[in-house]
Amino acid sequence: MKAEGVGIVSYGTYVPRYRITPDEIGRVWGVDGVAMGKNLNIHSKSVPSPDEDTITISTEALRVAMTRGGIDPRDIGAVYVGSESHPYAVKPTATIVAQAIGATPNLTAADFEFACKAGTAAIQVCMGLVASGMIKYGVAIGSDTSQGAPGDALEYSASAGGGAFILGKDPIIAKINATQSYTTDTPDFWRREGQRYPSHGGRFTGEPAYFRHVTECGKGIMASEGTTPADYQHVVFHQPNGKFPQRAGKLLGFNEDQMRYGMVTPWIGNTYSGAALIGLANVLDHAKPTERILVVGYGSGAGSDAFDLTVTDNITNFDRQTGTPVQQDLDHGMTINYSIYAKFRGKIRLSGE
Amino acid sequence: MTVARFWRETLRRYNLGASKCPECQAVFFPPRSVCPNCSVHRKSLTKMEACQLSGRGEVYSYTTVHEAADGFEMQVPYVLALVKMAEGPMLTGQIVDVDPKDIREGLPVRATFRRLRADGDDGVIHYGYKFALENGAAAKK
Repeated sequence: MKAEGVGIVSYGTYVPRYRITPDEIGRVWGVDGVAMGKNLNIHSKSVPSPDEDTITISTEALRVAMTRGGIDPRDIGAVYVGSESHPYAVKPTATIVAQAIGATPNLTAADFEFACKAGTAAIQVCMGLVASGMIKYGVAIGSDTSQGAPGDALEYSASAGGGAFILGKDPIIAKINATQSYTTDTPDFWRREGQRYPSHGGRFTGEPAYFRHVTECGKGIMASEGTTPADYQHVVFHQPNGKFPQRAGKLLGFNEDQMRYGMVTPWIGNTYSGAALIGLANVLDHAKPTERILVVGYGSGAGSDAFDLTVTDNITNFDRQTGTPVQQDLDHGMTINYSIYAKFRGKIRLSGE
Repeated sequence: MTVARFWRETLRRYNLGASKCPECQAVFFPPRSVCPNCSVHRKSLTKMEACQLSGRGEVYSYTTVHEAADGFEMQVPYVLALVKMAEGPMLTGQIVDVDPKDIREGLPVRATFRRLRADGDDGVIHYGYKFALENGAAAKK
């Protein structure tokens, strides 16, 4: 699928400050956390403060993008927020985010949900609206504060963070050459209405789910674009842990150099809808003009969205310092113990609750 | 706080909406409809201009809260500060993501968007500004 002339006008990210290590989580549950971290290739994961949620993370990320791009809020025609941890079941995250950047009332807004790929789905919708001329700029956000059940394998990776991308035609820092999706009904991970924590199919989340969708979608977009892995300087995959994207990259024929900047989960954990977008943001933080980027997102349930991008000359003068560059979030954080983590994530119930 | 009362305040809580006197250029937060500084108050009547604070300021004074207000129990001990904004107004707000022992007067801060409180498990969630240390210096390892 192509949307002529459409690309990324600006972007921003937000990752909460706090971090917890697999070692500390394992200590509480009587598990070898060091081995678990090594197995998942996760050194630490981000933890949101008690006053942070998908709405605050989305707003902070978008405010960075607005400032970096010098965007007039009145030019925003759509705000879509993809997440599986919207604070309200009914009442859109997107309306609060749009109000907080001063873009209301003359725009359309909605919340998206497709496990970890709701943010990339939002990018595709914005591409269509911009290409058709219905709007000047569209905002696509992927943001989450997801949780794993205490003691579950997911607890070692589920973290918080988000990325906001402003799509438009001019001036673009990266052109989106094409997008492609691969979607099936695959029950690898789910959360029933009203349930506090998600459930998953254990090993089933690998071969028939993540790997099949990511590799088929990646192969599909390269076939339609007539490219090979050697044509890309950077590749970004959805990264539920630090191991899956490494293996997906190898299966598709990419090397570690190409995956270097797109890998963020080992230091901040799996930010779900934010994961691929924060990886792409880190690539853009380091990218040079004419470089080509392949992004393949994944959402359980299941589907993949792939994007083929080319960085433009505008990246040279683009403000990549406002807010927090992704590398800074990978390098710094405030490490907390499991007790504080449990308090922050609402795992401790107060009397009367 | 009722839903309607908070909703009426979203402009200033979300976006630091303020007002500016066209005569003496003083900025007010929350917004005022008349400038109290100008000798002839009426000169500013109907002429006050809506504006938005940049969100940047510095810690003027602070205290550490150990006995939390309702809804803040999970955050104690937390820092509550008077922040002198770059445009002039003084705001009261929480400083987030900081160890209380790392806070001091004069530190540069920026406004950040956070949850202020929630009306129970089934009520409205209120959002608005708090402050974080500029560049997060104290948060680095």
